[in-house]
Amino acid sequence: MLAHYGYKDGSGDYFIIIDTDKCNGCGKCVEACPHQVLEIVLNDYDIEGGNMASVREEQRKKIKYACAPCKPVSGERKMPCILVCEPKAITHSW
Amino acid sequence: MTEVKTVEYWRWPEYRHTIPGKDWHNAKSITAGVDIGSVGSKAAVMLDGELYAFAITRTGGVSEATAVKVTNWALEGTGLQMANINYVVGTGYGRVNVPFAKKTITEIACHARGAHYIYGPTVRTVLDIGGQDCKAIRCDEKGKVLSFLMNDKCAAGTGRGLEVFADLIRVPMLELDKVSLNVEQEPPPVSNTCVIFAKAESLALLRQGWSKEKVAAAYHAAMADRIVDLLTRVGVEKDFVATGGVAKNAGIILRVERLLGIKALKPRIDPITAGAIGAALFAQALHEKELGLR
Repeated sequence: MLAHYGYKDGSGDYFIIIDTDKCNGCGKCVEACPHQVLEIVLNDYDIEGGNMASVREEQRKKIKYACAPCKPVSGERKMPCILVCEPKAITHSW
Repeated sequence: MTEVKTVEYWRWPEYRHTIPGKDWHNAKSITAGVDIGSVGSKAAVMLDGELYAFAITRTGGVSEATAVKVTNWALEGTGLQMANINYVVGTGYGRVNVPFAKKTITEIACHARGAHYIYGPTVRTVLDIGGQDCKAIRCDEKGKVLSFLMNDKCAAGTGRGLEVFADLIRVPMLELDKVSLNVEQEPPPVSNTCVIFAKAESLALLRQGWSKEKVAAAYHAAMADRIVDLLTRVGVEKDFVATGGVAKNAGIILRVERLLGIKALKPRIDPITAGAIGAALFAQALHEKELGLR
């Protein structure tokens, strides 16, 4: 399942998309994120359960700003959450 | 002192219903789903995966008490007791506050599962318009969620927004859609970034001499615009259906259909109960798992 966290405003779409089928709940992205945007939660989308990464409730409405330090306007973008994720479960929409 | 009688235009009726011709004494598994929403609370009781009874009330200040109340109301007159129910799953905004639920499952999974039950296996896109949020869900032929998106930031485009508007133009909640469709020409939509702005703008239009119907049409169009924005983000695939309380507002659904260019399926069961039905179906699966049947 693709879980979209974030919002859309006049300046664009800001979503962090987590593929819960790929995510193994290892938590490396949580440690890698310099702005504590992510957390590990219980997967209650499925009766199988298990852990999965999610965007913290209080960050969901401001990820444009929270994620800005990792998204320089020029030069190479190195988003730690995406780089550290082995199953490649995280994508950003912007 | 004279007492002023006030009509609460925003208040929608609470009700319960038992599907006739069913006997719970013969059922192998009796499960319940309790969906504590931000505005309305729903409970559905199912016998072997078939809907038996449901109830809907307003969510009070204490979610625990509402959960008990709505479940008991669904059971009322059926002869069933809370103790007869094999498995209860809680869902919705207040799902952690259902004291007698064995498990909680998010309303997103439950709405997809419930829509699959109500509308059949051809459903691929579910739009759930609730009291305080609006969700676009894509699902597969089994009712499993493939992708979802929740609305952002504000209650514009939700049931609460409609309640506020019903109160403003003094039209009962359930008649809003008819009023909004009673226009010759569709007016431009009001602003849809915020319920308060939309209400202020509607008020200004009323002061300019617009008719109630025209303002209602502009408000409904604004909500539809916002909902379609959300849907296009996850992508719309046939068949498209709507669940949640606002799914019963033809003014919104018709405008969404117009903007998307596809028709929504007609429900065979009250779509407001989709979340509770989904939860009860998950409860049945979990109960069978517990018994070692799966």
